[in-house]
Amino acid sequence: MQVHIETEDAAAVCYLDGELDHHNAPSVREKIDEYAVGSTPKHIILDFGGVTFMDSSGIGLVMGRYKLLSAANCTLSVRNLSPHAYKVMRLAGLDALVTLQKRGEKGGKQYAKAEK
Amino acid sequence: MQKPKNEVKLQLDSRSVNEGYARVAVSAFAAVLDPTVEEINDIRTAVSEAVTNCIVHAYRNGMGKIYIRVRLFDGGKIEVQIRDRGCGIADVQKAREPLFTTLGGDRSGLGFSVMESFCDRVRVRSELGKGTTVTLIKTVKGRDASREP
Repeated sequence: MQVHIETEDAAAVCYLDGELDHHNAPSVREKIDEYAVGSTPKHIILDFGGVTFMDSSGIGLVMGRYKLLSAANCTLSVRNLSPHAYKVMRLAGLDALVTLQKRGEKGGKQYAKAEK
Repeated sequence: MQKPKNEVKLQLDSRSVNEGYARVAVSAFAAVLDPTVEEINDIRTAVSEAVTNCIVHAYRNGMGKIYIRVRLFDGGKIEVQIRDRGCGIADVQKAREPLFTTLGGDRSGLGFSVMESFCDRVRVRSELGKGTTVTLIKTVKGRDASREP
């Protein structure tokens, strides 16, 4: 699984690409946490546009980042979720903690990616 | 007792890299049932959770074998049995509770919740020191929902 991080206005966007499971989650986590600690952004957006599979390891990833970033006064949102990834996150009640945006969902989202 | 119309058995090392193979193999075998994208994702995710449990819990102290048996029945029913010979679960009921986990870090404790939510039935048999068998049962309606059962 690949992660690359870009800055977009005041936010850091982490583009996740590939399958997010127990095997792949640790490297993703390390990369995001390393960036968060080093660059102390105000907002982090996890972009799931390239995620082709996700199980409960994805829940753990988002929940863990939420806790870590809240403590550092950094907000977290998740965007471009496939219907399946959205379903898994909703099951965990993550929508109560962070903004979850589905693929193709427009409007109102503070840090939604601008049209190219 | 219904007879399966097709069956496959797999045996895997409990390496995390095999999680991806396990879920893809099971979903490929089930493809003959013509499941919807949502149904195939449900199966893949439930299998991924069960196999991950074997790796992070059952064989947490070393390497072992994971045995998977997939059986297809008439009417679109699929049964996936995931078995290990690992440490076993002390309290199955507790283990199935949402958010319960014996591991810290980023484990959400939602593995069984995901399996239960994405399958029709989840059966767990476990014996301490002997191992655990998780059976996932799901009937897929398929892309052609009007199909005769």
